[in-house]
Amino acid sequence: MHIMEGFLPPAHAAAWTAAAVPFVVAGSRSIARILKENPQAKLLLATSGAFAFVLSALKLPSVTGSCSHPTGTGLGAVLFGPSVMAVAGAIVLLFQALLLAHGGITTLGANVFSMAIVGPWIAYGVFRGIRGLRGSLAVAVFFAAMLGDLATYVTTSVQIALAFPDPASGFTGALLKFTSIFAFTQIPLAIIEGLLTVIIINLLSQYSRSELVGLRFIPGEAK
Amino acid sequence: MKRTNVILLIVIAVLLLVPLLLPVADHLDEPFSGADGQAEAAIVETHPDYQPWFESFWEPPSGEIESLLFSLQAALGAGLLGYYFGLRRGQAEGRAQESPRVDQ
Repeated sequence: MHIMEGFLPPAHAAAWTAAAVPFVVAGSRSIARILKENPQAKLLLATSGAFAFVLSALKLPSVTGSCSHPTGTGLGAVLFGPSVMAVAGAIVLLFQALLLAHGGITTLGANVFSMAIVGPWIAYGVFRGIRGLRGSLAVAVFFAAMLGDLATYVTTSVQIALAFPDPASGFTGALLKFTSIFAFTQIPLAIIEGLLTVIIINLLSQYSRSELVGLRFIPGEAK
Repeated sequence: MKRTNVILLIVIAVLLLVPLLLPVADHLDEPFSGADGQAEAAIVETHPDYQPWFESFWEPPSGEIESLLFSLQAALGAGLLGYYFGLRRGQAEGRAQESPRVDQ
């Protein structure tokens, strides 16, 4: 999902950056509020960021014969709300842009928008929706993380198709082309991310139950 | 819970092994290349005149250095995850050992 450095025309790069900045600002305020209300959540918040750090470093093989990486942003989104992941995701993407030449500074806004904003918000919406319909925690977490991951790659496809419409078939043709590169490859990887996120939530339910109750992630009485 | 997690890990391993064991990439010039690079190539194909207007400040000088930095990224994240769960598990066990004494 990394759009390479310089590979969005200046107007597109500026527009996506302008769209992403308010979310990152709101996210840092949200983190400050969470830590003020719930100071012991600091370590779990950092751990959610660490999960995104690990997962976005792992380029995994897919059935399409190409490789891509999961995003890891669904976990933090369902635990702390989608806002905080705008900051965590931006840190991951900045690290990769500066040290790995993956993504870039000019495309940081677009990449933050897909991975750190759209992904977490879809994950959060799916989680709330399934929980609202009385779906089990594991099912809600799985679909949240999986669809959040997939939404990131669909967003990247839209971003590139908008900037580089196909000369013959226009935006739609380009969208199909980039979706087949990104989103199809991502389907098995998104399933893997969903399953991994369920494992983490299982471990948290076992060892950090009171913390999850404190975040109102699961019902119960705070100790 | 432990059993569920082991089953989930096995499913994940299978999902990762299937593409490597099946001949899904045999027809490709570059098997298991990155999707990011493929997208870049597809852009250049339909828009050969497009000039990237900005270059990375720094690029890893070789594939080895690149894999070093990716490993570092994963290791930092995994280290923190391991610290968190080790700490919480130890705390949970500490509580479990303390509580029976309170009952006596």
